[in-house]
Amino acid sequence: MAYLLLLPGGIWLLLFYVVPTISMLSVSLQEGSLEQGYRLTGNIGVYAEVLARNDTQIIRSILYGLITTVATLLIAYPLAYTIAFRGGRFKNALLFLIIMPFFVSFIIRTIQWKFVLADEGIVLGTLKEVGILGQGFHVLGENVAVLGGLIYNFLPFMALPLYVALEKMDKSLLDAADDLYSNRVVAFLRVTFPLSLPGVFAGSLLTFIPAVGDFINPEFLGSPETTMIGQVIQLEYLQNNDYPEAAALSFVLMAAILMGVFVYARLLGTEELTG
Amino acid sequence: MTRRGWVLPAYTTLVLLYLFLPIAVMILFGFNDIRGRFNFVWQGFTLRHWTGIWDTPELTDALKNSLLIASISTIVATSLGTMIALALTRYRFRGRGSTNLFIFLPLATPEIVLGASLLSLFVTANVSRGIGTILLAHIMFNISYVVVTVKARTQGFNREWEEAAKDLGATPWTAFRTVTLPLIFPGILAAAVLAFALSIDDYVITLFNAGATVTFPLWVAGASRFGVPPAVNVMGTLIFVVGVTLALLAVPLQRRRAAAPVAPPTGRVAG
Repeated sequence: MAYLLLLPGGIWLLLFYVVPTISMLSVSLQEGSLEQGYRLTGNIGVYAEVLARNDTQIIRSILYGLITTVATLLIAYPLAYTIAFRGGRFKNALLFLIIMPFFVSFIIRTIQWKFVLADEGIVLGTLKEVGILGQGFHVLGENVAVLGGLIYNFLPFMALPLYVALEKMDKSLLDAADDLYSNRVVAFLRVTFPLSLPGVFAGSLLTFIPAVGDFINPEFLGSPETTMIGQVIQLEYLQNNDYPEAAALSFVLMAAILMGVFVYARLLGTEELTG
Repeated sequence: MTRRGWVLPAYTTLVLLYLFLPIAVMILFGFNDIRGRFNFVWQGFTLRHWTGIWDTPELTDALKNSLLIASISTIVATSLGTMIALALTRYRFRGRGSTNLFIFLPLATPEIVLGASLLSLFVTANVSRGIGTILLAHIMFNISYVVVTVKARTQGFNREWEEAAKDLGATPWTAFRTVTLPLIFPGILAAAVLAFALSIDDYVITLFNAGATVTFPLWVAGASRFGVPPAVNVMGTLIFVVGVTLALLAVPLQRRRAAAPVAPPTGRVAG
């Protein structure tokens, strides 16, 4: 009976997740061109080639992913803490306020930062007029703009798992720490924070994975100086039609992330990974 | 121990203002009376972008495509995903752990890789891209989300209730339909809403597998290459208002679910 229930969905995932992944691996090992067709030649050298040629973008993507994860953690933790411990009967309303902006499409939400950050836009334009900023100051196209977009877009992915972990916590443990003459900083470091680690773990994964592979934020808020790996993959596939190279690059990204996830899971030793 | 003080509430207010800043800008600039293509400087109030919002055939076509794709992919993915979730929560079977891991893999794969690998398959198999391939892709990435959501809401499910129904003479199907289904229905509904939202919002995977078909996010991206047309802001505002309204209407439903035995109160926000 269980297998019968698993079958249709399992076959779907097999056909449109596993088979494509194998197909991508196979395409990456082919040589040829769109006009003359491709032949499987087992050209492993393409991996060394794409790694060497795109090292800047690969390192940049990983850095952006790490900075985004740490920044969202730092911003979201006090937020989740406040709602979980001080939210009272407004808990659900506050949570709703946090996710409310995300009812707008990802892409529209990101494009709005163009309005906010535009050189003559509502924020910079005003600050320039008042004279706080010099006329030459600009943000769009810089690292800051892309990171700002990434941090904004992935904040709820960090905040919600943190909140769930903190909310689940048995609050009487803090009273116990207090009774044992622990001060609040020590109680936080030795009781609250360790108990919120599953949330930190889940939130970091939910933020880091999509951030590293992100394509929309650098595409709309960045410049050629902020190109991320997702943009290279898109360019090679859809504009240059260099399928083997694009496939090799996608495979590297996927393998790197999956390996990272498992190492991270081992380090934190949680079972949150597969629920 | 009293934990009062103004720092944390003030901080929370600041973060909320930050989260709402682009939304406020979006709403405002949908009313901007622009001359020319660039909608970055406020030039005066107009309703013309609102009254003429359905006059662009490219936009309405894209919206129709998106609604069609989201509806079909939601129905298929919710059915397939719920079945998997039921198998995982109701039965102990060989390979249960690896099934869990297998379901998790698409969630841990970046969107761009999902899109690119499907394109590899379609190119290799010489499949022409269009609504059909978009549907295959959307159903694929939605299945895992549905499984995770339904599972989260049915974890506390007690199989004894179903057994009790059977003891009282119900057939397995009747027991499922009258006992199990009503109890897990809120989870299925939440999964369907999530699947619909993910499908209608998807840009990256669709970009790879759309061919000449234009969905709503693809239209937004295309129209916003140079200067953002106010129609994008108007559509964003509309989606925002509709989404928030539907969510608020669902609150009473959620209250009732919180009172039901299957969903412990702490599980409510986990989705």
